[in-house]
Amino acid sequence: MIKAVMMMNTQGKPRLAKFYDYTPVEKQQELIRGVFSVLCSRPENVSNFLEIDSLFGPDSRLVYKHYATLYFVLVFDGSENELAMLDLIQVLVETLDKCFSNVCELDIVFNYSKMHAVLDEIVFGGQVLETSSAEVMKAVEEISKLEAASNSISLVPKSVSGWRGR
Amino acid sequence: MEQLKTIGRELAMGSQGGFGQSKEFLDLVKSIGEARSKAEEDRIVLSEIDILKRKLLEPDVPKRKMKEYIIRLVYIEMLGHDASFGYIHAVKMTHDDNLLLKRTGYLAVTLFLNEDHDLIILIVNTIQKDLRSDNYLVVCAALNAICRLINEETIPAVLPQVVELLNHQKEAVRKKAIMALHRFHRKSPSSVSHLISNFRKRLCDNDPGVMGATLCPLFDLISEDVTSYKDLVSSFVSILKQVTERRLPKSYDYHQMPAPFIQIKLLKIMALLGSGDKNASEIMSMVLGDLFRKCDSSTNIGNAILYECIRCISCILPNPKLLEAAADAISKFLKSDSHNLKYMGIDGLGRLIKISPDIAEQHQLAVIDCLEDPDDTLKRKTFELLYKMTKSSNVEVIVDRMIDYMISINDNHYKTEIASRCVELAEQFAPSNQWFIQTMNKVFEHAGDLVNIKVAHNLMRLIAEGFGEDDDDADSKLRLSAVESYLQLISEPKLPSLFLQVISWVLGEYGTADGKYSASYISGKLCDVADAYSSDETVKGYAVSALMKIYAFEIASGRKVDVLPECQSLIEELLASHSTDLQQRAYELQALLALDARAVETIIPLDASCEDIEVDKELSFLNGYIQQAIESGAQPYISERERSGMFETTDYHPQDHHEVPSHTLRFEAYELPKPSVPPQASTELVPVPEPYYSESHQPISTSLVSERESSEIKLRLDGVKQKWGRPSYQPTTAASSTTQQAANGITSHSDGGVGSSSSKPRSSYEPKKPEIDPEKQRLAASLFGGSSSSRTDKKSSGGHKPTKGTVNKPATVPKENPTPVQPPPDLLDLGEPTATISAMDPFKELEGLMDSSSQDGGSNDVMGLYSDAAPVTTTTSVDSLLSELSDSSKGNSRTYQSQTSKGPNTKEALEKDALVRQMGVNPTSQNPTLFKDLLG
Repeated sequence: MIKAVMMMNTQGKPRLAKFYDYTPVEKQQELIRGVFSVLCSRPENVSNFLEIDSLFGPDSRLVYKHYATLYFVLVFDGSENELAMLDLIQVLVETLDKCFSNVCELDIVFNYSKMHAVLDEIVFGGQVLETSSAEVMKAVEEISKLEAASNSISLVPKSVSGWRGR
Repeated sequence: MEQLKTIGRELAMGSQGGFGQSKEFLDLVKSIGEARSKAEEDRIVLSEIDILKRKLLEPDVPKRKMKEYIIRLVYIEMLGHDASFGYIHAVKMTHDDNLLLKRTGYLAVTLFLNEDHDLIILIVNTIQKDLRSDNYLVVCAALNAICRLINEETIPAVLPQVVELLNHQKEAVRKKAIMALHRFHRKSPSSVSHLISNFRKRLCDNDPGVMGATLCPLFDLISEDVTSYKDLVSSFVSILKQVTERRLPKSYDYHQMPAPFIQIKLLKIMALLGSGDKNASEIMSMVLGDLFRKCDSSTNIGNAILYECIRCISCILPNPKLLEAAADAISKFLKSDSHNLKYMGIDGLGRLIKISPDIAEQHQLAVIDCLEDPDDTLKRKTFELLYKMTKSSNVEVIVDRMIDYMISINDNHYKTEIASRCVELAEQFAPSNQWFIQTMNKVFEHAGDLVNIKVAHNLMRLIAEGFGEDDDDADSKLRLSAVESYLQLISEPKLPSLFLQVISWVLGEYGTADGKYSASYISGKLCDVADAYSSDETVKGYAVSALMKIYAFEIASGRKVDVLPECQSLIEELLASHSTDLQQRAYELQALLALDARAVETIIPLDASCEDIEVDKELSFLNGYIQQAIESGAQPYISERERSGMFETTDYHPQDHHEVPSHTLRFEAYELPKPSVPPQASTELVPVPEPYYSESHQPISTSLVSERESSEIKLRLDGVKQKWGRPSYQPTTAASSTTQQAANGITSHSDGGVGSSSSKPRSSYEPKKPEIDPEKQRLAASLFGGSSSSRTDKKSSGGHKPTKGTVNKPATVPKENPTPVQPPPDLLDLGEPTATISAMDPFKELEGLMDSSSQDGGSNDVMGLYSDAAPVTTTTSVDSLLSELSDSSKGNSRTYQSQTSKGPNTKEALEKDALVRQMGVNPTSQNPTLFKDLLG
C-alpha cells in the first residue's frame, strides 16, 4: 500500500502532500522535513530507493525522482515493487505533462485542485488504481469539462447580467 | 517524457489569471515562494490566516470566492499551519450542488479531516445522497471521500450503496467502488466479510482497469488466507498469459509493455498462492518462463517485472530451470550500471540465497562492490544480504564490516538496527569467546546507548554462565579475557553508560576471581569510573555494588581489607547523596565492611550470580500467624482489586518511580468504595462518617502507600516503633531488617549473619518499648494525621490472609479502610514530600538494579538489611518534632504515609491506633514486590 505521495521543490517547500492514512498536520510537516533532509543529502547518480523505517515505521520504503526543481516522492510498504513505483512516478509526471503541456513547478502550485484530481485517478485510497496515463487524462478531462459546464450554468447568468448591467 | 522546465513562463501565465484563481492567491503563492527564511514564510502565512478568518466571517461570500478561500486554506495547511477555523466551510461546500464546488469541498475535507473528526457526521448524509447521484463524477467524488472519511461506525451507512455501485455502468465508478470496499475491508474486515465474493466476481469484469483494481483487495485477502483462493490459481495464470500476449487494449501498454502494473500485481498474488504448493507452482512455471524470455530488460518497467518474477520464484517451489533463469536475471541486475538495478539484484540475491545458497558465490565481487558503493541505500541492502548469508565461517569478516559501517554512520535508527544485528550474529556464530567479547566491546563502545538493555543483560548472563558447556576452565578463561579487555577499555573517555554498567558488574563479580588482579587495583578502577561519570547515577550504583562485591569476596576469603582512600571518599560522598538508591548502597557497603567473614560469605557468596534464590511467594510461613489473628477476631483478608500495571517497571531509572501517580492528577473517576469491607473492626471504636469515606481514601490507593502497606501486613516487628523515638537511624535499620528477613524467608541461612549484627541494637531497645501515653498519642495523631487508625485497620484486616495475598494484592487493603477524619492542613506539608520519596525510592531503584546486576542471593539479604536506612535519613528533618512525641508515636512511619495522601486526624483515630498496637501488628517497610520482580 502506498502511504504517502509528496512533491516538494529542491528548497524543501512542499508543493503537494497527500497521506493515505490520517496524519496530523504537525506530523505531516515533520515527515516532509525528514524526507527532504534525507533526499537533499543523497549524492547524484545513486539509486532512487530509500529504506525509511526511521520516519514511517517498519517496512517502509521510499522512491523518489528528481525532475528539474521538483522531487516526486512515493512512500509505500513491502507489498509494492520499488521499480514499479518508480514507474508510477513516471506515469504521474507524464500525465501532468499532458495536462499542462510541459509541466513545471508553478503549474503544480497554481493548479492545486487539478493536481489532486490527477493523483486521485492514479492512486486511490493507497492503492494503485490506474496506470495508463491516457485513461487518467480521459477521466481528468471529463471532470474539467463537466466542472466547466456546471460552472457556466451557475456563473454565466451572473456574468451576463453583470455585463448587461453595464 | 519532457523534463519539467523551470522558471518564467508561468509567471506570464499567472498574470493572465488563466487558472481561475484571483490575484491574491497568486500573490500569496509568489510571496511564499520568494520568502527567504522560514520566519518570513510564517509571517506571510499568519497574515494570510488573519485575512481568511476575516473573509470567511463576512456574510454572503460568493461561492466562487469561497472556493478560492478553501483552496487557500488547503494550501496553508499543507505549509504546516492550522486551518481548522475553516473546516466547517469546507464541509458546507460539499453540500453544494455545483460540481466544481462540491469537488473542491470534498477535496478539502479529505485533506483536512480524519475519520473520527466531529464534523464527519455532517458529511455522511451528503455522501449518501451523492452516491445515488446520476452524475458519475459526483459519485466518484463521494467514493473518494469515503476512503478517507468513513470509519468503522459509519461503514454500514454507506455500504449498501457502495455495493450497488459495483455494477455501475461506468467502469470508473466500478473501479472506485471496489477500492472503497477494499478500504472498508482494511478498516474493519468483519463489516464486509459477507461481500468478499464480489471481489471474485469483479475479477471477470470486462474492463481491464476494473479487473486490475480487483487485484488489490484480492492480494490482501489472499495474504490473509491462502487456502480458500487456491481455485483461482489457474485464473490468475491465464490472465497473466493473456496480458503477456497483448490481449489487452493498447491503452494499457506502458513503454511497450502490456499492462505492467497488472502483471506485477498478478505475480505478487501468484507468489502467495504458489508458496509451498507443488501443483500451483507447476501451473505457474510455464508462464513465468515465458515472462523471462519476453521481458525487455532495457526499460525500467521491464526490469520491475523481471524482479517480480524473481521474487515469485523465490516464494514458490522452485523448478531448476526457473531458478537458473532467475539467477541469470540477477546477474544482469548486478552487472548493470544503474544503482536501482543493483539494488534490486542484491535484494533478489537475498531472496534466492535461501533456496540455493551457492548462488552467491559467483557474485561475490559484485556484492563487495556494492558494499563499497557510495550509495547508502545500496550499502544497507548489501548488509542485509550479508546478514542473511552469515555462517560461522564468515561471521568474523561480516561482523567486522558491519561494525565498521556502524561506526561510520550517524543515523541512530539504523545504527541501533545494525548493532542489534551484530549482537545477534555474534551470539549465534561466535567462533571463540575471545572474539565474542571483543565484538561485544566494540558494539557497546560505539553504540552502547542505542542497544537494547537486554543485550547488556544477556552479555552479563553469558559471562556469568559461560557458553553452556560444563567446562569451568573455559568459563573462567572467558571471564578473565572479559575482565582484561574491560580493564583496558575502562580508561577510555566517554564510554556509554550501558557499557560501563556491564564493565562494573563484570569487574565486581569476576575482577578478583582468579587472583590476577588485586582487589585494590580493581576497586581503584571502579572508583575512577564512579568519579569520571559522576552524573550518571546508574553507573555509580553499579560501581558501588561492584565495590561491595569485591570487598565481600576479600572479607570472605579472610584477607584484610584496606579501603582505598578514594573509595572511602566515594562512599562518604554517596552517604550524603541525593539519590536514595546510591545512599542506600553506600550504607550497605559501609555496614558490610564491618561484618565478619562468615556473615559476609552468606550475604554475598562467591560467584553465585547464577544461583537460584528460592522465594516463598505464598508466604506460607505466616499461616500460623494469620490463623492466630483470625482466631482473635480479625477479619480475613479479602483481595478485590488487582493493582494493574503497578509493578511492571524493573528498569532502574529515576523517572520510573512509582510515586508519580500519587502526585499527579488523576483524571479517571475514583472507584467506588467497596461495601464489602466496611471497617467493622474500627467502627466499634470509631464511628466512621460516611461522607469522607471515598473522598478521603481513594487517592491513597496508589502504589505509594499500598506498597509499603503490603509488606507491613506480614511483618511483625516490635522494635520498629522506636524509630521515631530516636534521631538515629541505625537501630531501626537493623531491627527492621531482621524482621524483614524472617518474614520473607529468603535464604534462611542468611539469618545467622544478619542476626548477629542486628540483634544487638534490637535488644537494647526492647526494654524501652513504651506504654502508650494517650496524651502523646493524640499529639502524634494531630501532627501526622489520624490515618494511623486506618493503618491499624489495614493491618488487622489485611494481616489475616497474606498467604492469599500474592505480592500485588495487599495493595487493595488500604482502600478498604476509610479514615473518616480531616487532616489538620497546617501541618500536612511537613511530612509530605520527604515521606513519600523516602518510602518509595529505595525499593523501586533496587528492583531495577537487582534485576539487572546481581542475582546472587547474598545481596538480596543485604538490601533487605539496609533498606530502611534511606527512608529514615530522609525523614530526620522531622525528628526533632518526633522526638518530643517519642515513644507514643508507634508506627509513625505509617502515619506518615497515610498523611501524605490524606492525613486525617481525630481522637477516634487514636483509639484505633491503640487497638492495633494491642494486637501487636506492626509493620516495617520492606517491599515484597522487590523479590517478586527479581525472581518471579
